[in-house]
Amino acid sequence: MEITMENPKKKGVVLDSIVDTSLKKTPKIETKNIKVWYEEFNAIKGISMSIKPNTVTAFIGPSGCGKSTFLRLFNRMNDYVDGFSLEGKIKINGQNIYKKNVNVEELRKEVGMVFQKPNPFPKSIFDNVAYGLKIQGIKDKQLINDRVISSLKQVGLWEEVKDDLKKSGLALSGGQQQRLCIARTLAVEPSIILMDEPTSALDPISTAKIEELIFQLKQKYTIVIVTHNMQQASRISDYTAFFYLGELIEFNKTKNIFTNPEKKQTENYITGRFG
Amino acid sequence: MRKIKELIIEKTLMTSALITIAVTLGIILVLSIEAIQFFSEVSIFDFLTDTQWTPLFTEKHFGILPLLSGTLLTSFIAISVALPIGLTISIYLSEYAPKAFRKAVKPLLELLASIPTVVYGFFALVVVTPFLQGFFPDLAGFNSLSAGIVMGIMIIPYISSISEDALHAVPASLREASYGMGATKLQTAFKVIVPAASSGIIVSIILAISRAIGETMIVAIAAGQQPRLTLDPTVPVETITAYIVQVSLGDVQHGSLEYRTIFAAGITLFTFTFLLNTLSYRIRKKYQEKYE
Ligand SMILES: Nc1ncnc2c1ncn2[C@@H]1O[C@H](COP(=O)(O)OP(=O)(O)OP(=O)(O)O)[C@@H](O)[C@H]1O
Ligand SMILES: [Mg+2]
Repeated sequence: MEITMENPKKKGVVLDSIVDTSLKKTPKIETKNIKVWYEEFNAIKGISMSIKPNTVTAFIGPSGCGKSTFLRLFNRMNDYVDGFSLEGKIKINGQNIYKKNVNVEELRKEVGMVFQKPNPFPKSIFDNVAYGLKIQGIKDKQLINDRVISSLKQVGLWEEVKDDLKKSGLALSGGQQQRLCIARTLAVEPSIILMDEPTSALDPISTAKIEELIFQLKQKYTIVIVTHNMQQASRISDYTAFFYLGELIEFNKTKNIFTNPEKKQTENYITGRFG
Repeated sequence: MRKIKELIIEKTLMTSALITIAVTLGIILVLSIEAIQFFSEVSIFDFLTDTQWTPLFTEKHFGILPLLSGTLLTSFIAISVALPIGLTISIYLSEYAPKAFRKAVKPLLELLASIPTVVYGFFALVVVTPFLQGFFPDLAGFNSLSAGIVMGIMIIPYISSISEDALHAVPASLREASYGMGATKLQTAFKVIVPAASSGIIVSIILAISRAIGETMIVAIAAGQQPRLTLDPTVPVETITAYIVQVSLGDVQHGSLEYRTIFAAGITLFTFTFLLNTLSYRIRKKYQEKYE
C-alpha cells in the first residue's frame, strides 16, 4: 500500500473513521447480545453495549468475569484461542467486524491494543515504533521517521530516548517500555485503543504518567481500558462498565457508577465488598 | 546408616564424572602425542599447504587440504539441504501447525537422527546415486553429492528440533503484540519470532555443521576414498573421517608414519568440531540469559 505525505490516512481501509467523526453521536463500538464460549464454558452471557467516540470507557469487575475476553473481541484477538466461539454482533464504525469478508489485519490497524505486561519487541526503540508502518509496506523513510518521532513525543518518551533510538526497547524501564508499546500502537494511527490493565505491572509514578497520557489521547482516540484499580477507573474514565460472571451488570457515566450506582452488586464491588 | 548410603551415592557419582573427564583427557593426550610425533617428521607448513594427500603411496605427500575439502564440500552440501528444510519445518511446527500435530511430528522427525548411519550410507550408494545418475549421467559411482544430500537429510532434525524449541520459547506476548498491530502470521513469524529466536537457530545450525563434519559412515560408503582437492560434487572425494576409517581398517603398521597420519587428521577434525561446539555453547549461554 503506497502512502504519501499529503495523504497519510490509509486508503482502502475497511473501516473508515473519517465518516465517523462528523457524526459524533453514532457509537464507535456497538455490541448486540454478545455471547462467548470457550469450549463448553460460557464466558460472556449476552452483553449489549455501545461506546461513544472520543471517550474513555473503563471495564471493571472481579477476576475472571470476562473483561479481557470482551475487550479482545473488538480486535478479534480471541480468534487464536482454541475452542473460542461467538454469538451476536459487534459493529465498529458501523461495520460488523465478524463478517466473513472482514480483513482482520486492517481491523487491527484501526483498533490498536496495549497489553498488561509491557511487550516491546527485542528490537531497537526506533524499530519498535516503526514496526506497524513497515509491515504495512510503507517505505517512505521520511514518513516513518516523522511518525516515530511524533508517536514518541505523544507518549512523553521522546526527551528520554531521543539520543539512543538504536538502543533495544528491552533496555528501558518497565514504565518506559509500556509507553513505548503505546507509542508503537499510536504510530499506526488507529482510532480505537484497547488497553488491558496497562498499568498493573508498573510503579505509581509510571502509572500516573500513563493515566495522564490516556487523558490526553482521548482528544483523538476512543479508549477502552480494563482495570482493577477503582481509583484509576474513576480518575480517567468517562464511562464505566461493571462486569460480573460474564454479564454486564451496570454501564453508565463513571460519575454515576461511583457516586450513585443503581445495582447493589456494583456498589458492593466498588466499595470493596466483593459481591 | 542413611548418611553412609548418601555418601556412597555421592562418591559413585563423583567417580563416574571423574572417569569421564579422565577418558576425555586421555583421548586428547594420545591424539596430541601421536600428532606431535607426526609433526616432528612432517612440517606443519607442508601439512597445511600441500595439495596432495598420498601417505600410503611410495611418492608420499601429507597435505591435509584434499581431505579437508572433501569434508567441507560434503558438509556444505548437507547444510544446503538441511537448513532450508529444517527451518521451514521448525517455523511451520512452531507457528502454524495445530498443537496435536506438532506433538506427533516432532518425535517422528527426531527418529531421522536415530537411523543407523550405515543405513543412510547404503541408501546414498544404492538408491540416491543411481537416481541422480538418471539426471546427471556423468555422476561417478562415488561422489560427494549423494553423500552430502543424504547426510543433509540425517541432520534435518538437529536443525528443525533445536530451532523449533527456540521459536517456541519466544514469549506468546510478542506474537500478540505483532498480531495486534495488524501483522499477518507470516510477517509475525519472519519479522518478530525468527529474529527473537535467532541465537537458538544459529546454535542449531552450528551443531548440525559439527555433526556433518564428524559424520563418518555415510561419506565413507558413498563419497569414495580418493583424496582430491576439488569443489566438484560429482567426483569421488575422501573426507577426514573416511580416511581415518580406511587406515584404521587397513594393515598399516602401528607406530609408523603412515599410522600417525590418522592422528594428524584426527586432531584437525577435533579442532574443527571443538571450535564449533564451543561457539554454540557460548551462544546458547548468552541466549539462556536473555530469557531469564
Ligand atoms: N483461553 C481460554 N480458554 C478457556 N477459558 C478461558 C480462556 N480465557 C479465559 N477463559 C475463562 O473465561 C473467563 C473470563 O476470562 P477473562 O480473562 O476474560 O477474565 P478477566 O475478567 O479479564 O479476568 P482478570 O481480571 O483476572 O484478567 C474466566 O473464567 C476464564 O477462566
Ligand atoms: Mg483480564
